[in-house]
Amino acid sequence: MSTSQTTTTEHHPALAHQFDSMAQQQGASTFGMWVFLLTEIMMFGGLFAAYLIYRIKYYDAFVAGSTSISVSWGFANTLVLIASSFTMAMAVWSAHKGKRGPLVGFLIGTMILGAVFLGIKGKEYYDKYDECHIPGHVIGKGFNAWGGCSVNNPGLGNIADEIQQHAREAGVSVPEASAMQTARQTEIFFSFYFLMTGLHAFHMIIGMGLMTWLLLRSRRGDFGPQYYTPIELGGLYWHFVDIVWIYLFPLLYLISRHKGAI
Amino acid sequence: MSTATTTITPVMPAKHYLNDNYGIRSWLLTKDHKRIALLYLGSITFFFFMGGLFAALIRLELLTPAGDLFTSDTYNKLFSMHGINMVFFFLVPSIPATLGNFVLPIMLGAKDLAFPKINLLSWYIYIGAAFFSLAVMVSGGVDTGWTFYTPLSSGFLRTHVALMAVGIIFAGFSSIFTGLNFIVTVHRMRAPGLTWGRLPLFVWSNYATSLIMVLATPVLAITLILLAMERTFHIGVFDPRYGGDPVLFQHMFWFYSHPAVYIMILPGMGVISELITCFSRKRVFGYSFVAFSSIAIAVFGFLVWAHHMFVAGISQYSAMVFSLLSMAVAIPSAVKVFNWTATMYKGTVSLETPMLYALGFIGLFTIGGLTGVMLAALGMDVHLHDTYFVIAHFHYVMVGGMVSAYLGGLHFWWPKMTGRMYPEAPAKLAAIITFIGFNLTFFPQFILGYLGMPRRYHAYPEEFQVLNVLSSAGASVLAVAFVLPAIYFLWSLKYGQIAGDNPWKATGLEWQTSSPPPTHNFHEVPVVTAPPYNYGSDQEVTVVH
Amino acid sequence: MAEHSHPGPKLYFIIFITLAFFTCATWAIAFADLGIFNPIVALAIACTKAVLVILFFMHVRYSDTLTKITITCGFFWLLILITLSLSDYLSRTLFTT
Repeated sequence: MSTSQTTTTEHHPALAHQFDSMAQQQGASTFGMWVFLLTEIMMFGGLFAAYLIYRIKYYDAFVAGSTSISVSWGFANTLVLIASSFTMAMAVWSAHKGKRGPLVGFLIGTMILGAVFLGIKGKEYYDKYDECHIPGHVIGKGFNAWGGCSVNNPGLGNIADEIQQHAREAGVSVPEASAMQTARQTEIFFSFYFLMTGLHAFHMIIGMGLMTWLLLRSRRGDFGPQYYTPIELGGLYWHFVDIVWIYLFPLLYLISRHKGAI
Repeated sequence: MSTATTTITPVMPAKHYLNDNYGIRSWLLTKDHKRIALLYLGSITFFFFMGGLFAALIRLELLTPAGDLFTSDTYNKLFSMHGINMVFFFLVPSIPATLGNFVLPIMLGAKDLAFPKINLLSWYIYIGAAFFSLAVMVSGGVDTGWTFYTPLSSGFLRTHVALMAVGIIFAGFSSIFTGLNFIVTVHRMRAPGLTWGRLPLFVWSNYATSLIMVLATPVLAITLILLAMERTFHIGVFDPRYGGDPVLFQHMFWFYSHPAVYIMILPGMGVISELITCFSRKRVFGYSFVAFSSIAIAVFGFLVWAHHMFVAGISQYSAMVFSLLSMAVAIPSAVKVFNWTATMYKGTVSLETPMLYALGFIGLFTIGGLTGVMLAALGMDVHLHDTYFVIAHFHYVMVGGMVSAYLGGLHFWWPKMTGRMYPEAPAKLAAIITFIGFNLTFFPQFILGYLGMPRRYHAYPEEFQVLNVLSSAGASVLAVAFVLPAIYFLWSLKYGQIAGDNPWKATGLEWQTSSPPPTHNFHEVPVVTAPPYNYGSDQEVTVVH
Repeated sequence: MAEHSHPGPKLYFIIFITLAFFTCATWAIAFADLGIFNPIVALAIACTKAVLVILFFMHVRYSDTLTKITITCGFFWLLILITLSLSDYLSRTLFTT
């Protein structure tokens, strides 16, 4: 049993009035964060369920859409987030050991890695904007735009071309009209791409805000071995956001990457 | 016999949670669960009457067969606003946020909920969402029905769907926070000696409700977010024009909205358990069965949602599975009804107002529940879907059931919350008028539905008029019945008889503290040694200080 | 309840390297043609990574039963949503000619 969270004879300054002991407070707070993460699982889960149904319905279009986003950047982002989970776990450990310097350092490290993730995401979004792959016709140059996109990537056209090319490599011939039909259906893939990564990025931004607040409190010396619950809770949240990405990466980027996939 | 108190005239305690602090800031920045409960009480009452106003307009239109009072578009807005107000801004928060917030921590022997600031936040989110939605309603509202089916809602209609969706999403967050608070409090803050097997059934019901709130509401949130995104950015998620699937919307919507009806009824069932046992002076028959039936309803309730979609285009095999599961979910509810009845058998039943509401609940909920089983049968549903039969069914469980339970609970715990008794005679009268008005309003609707009158229509064939007039007449009686408590409850705040700690001689930790309770609920932490509902034993609940 | 023990930097680093390894693995395997097993393997690797993060980075291995039940409930309920919805779609063309 960890001795770091038991009460002393006087009330710890961070003990809230409704709790009888620091141990009860820590237990309740952690459990509360887990229940909150439960709600997050269900919220993202709704998106995942809808995604799965459409992937089955429009498999070819999903393959085409998936091949048109950059797997290298996705791979890099996955490593970045995993590293940030590592630094976050180290931050919690530092708080538990009462080491304020490393705590601050690891929090800053987590934030830097989070910023890198968001930066890469921004670059990916920009690429999609540039290639006229943003679904709907409200943002960007429109999904069906032929003109106005970069010369080498005329919107849907390049998706249709890729579909035909992959088919040729597999020894199958796909007529242009059919390829264009599939290309148009990729709008649904891109809708889910932006919705899922967008909701994830939104949670990352909130996470960055949380980290900032934790950083300020850590520098102020609020935490020690007796009380570091907010760091723990921040860690749980951050790891959860990492886990969502761990699922997003294969589901969005790795649909049928092998050569010859139609 | 019981060690009942000798007849001393009850006095109001000198200091309690209401007079501990004065001023608007002490209310708007309170962390006291009891004050937050009262904040909620005021708010949801307002939205109940809002929803009632729309209902009155609906029933007014339906007095005549022709659609002569409102255009069909306006009528569509009326029933949509009625549903949205009643479901999201009244029924879902009603008992948990008012009675639950007030009584649950005291029943557990705790000083407050686990996260008082989150409790206050949940009220602010509710108020923000509710008034935002009110603004949307005033500026035109939506005409999609409270169910927001696509493709009507995803691009076909020009009304404020996205904005309304935002309001409902935030109301959902409010309910998630309440549920989260309850779950953590029940797990982590029970008084010494208060094992799960000694918990009042009201706690079990609210706990089960909280489980549903936490697991189901996020799916509604994401569904409405997707709908709002689709409307705003014209992406294809549910709209067939862009390759979307409208049935998927229904799957995701009902994944929340069916468990939501259990969010709405379970706390009511918890209240009824408390009322029946107190006013029969007998412990609940089959306590464990009633407790576990709440959990069973919560779990099974997640497995039946597609019974709202039998004619929407789902596969036959899927429909059969959901039909079977929907019959199964009726079983735990039936267990409760049997156990309540068995509790009353050979008990000393007294007919105070809360008991009148409880008895009304048992009858009306049973009718509502059984008609639900009828609707769960595939063949019947093909005929009855989208008719007034469905409307009658859910109003029997929601109004005849839930609102009765809510009023019963409000009367039961009013003395605890305010220190004063409501006047018994007007209250009994209101209860009886409620029962009469309710049945007059909604029983004809069963017949109308069976005869084929569709729901959400503002004009109907001549031959349905008599039943519709009966229904509208009943609605006006029901309106009187709902206004009466508003009046006499307010009256009782100044002129009501002082209640004392335990006017009902009930068991339960909340009756062992003063009425109204002190801010920290108890003067000393109680230790529980007796089983729940210790009525009729040699002594009342032993509370060791 | 407080945790019973706390993993140290060494264990965290090992988990990090393991996660990075699995990430590389899933990326590489995606380029191989395993037919129907591509998504299965990818999801299996993702689940393994998630479990590692949950057990070690989130300390669930050292937490009480209540936490473990909570997480299990979360994934189980998600499975209910996915399975029952999917069963509708998949059974629509079942047994028809």
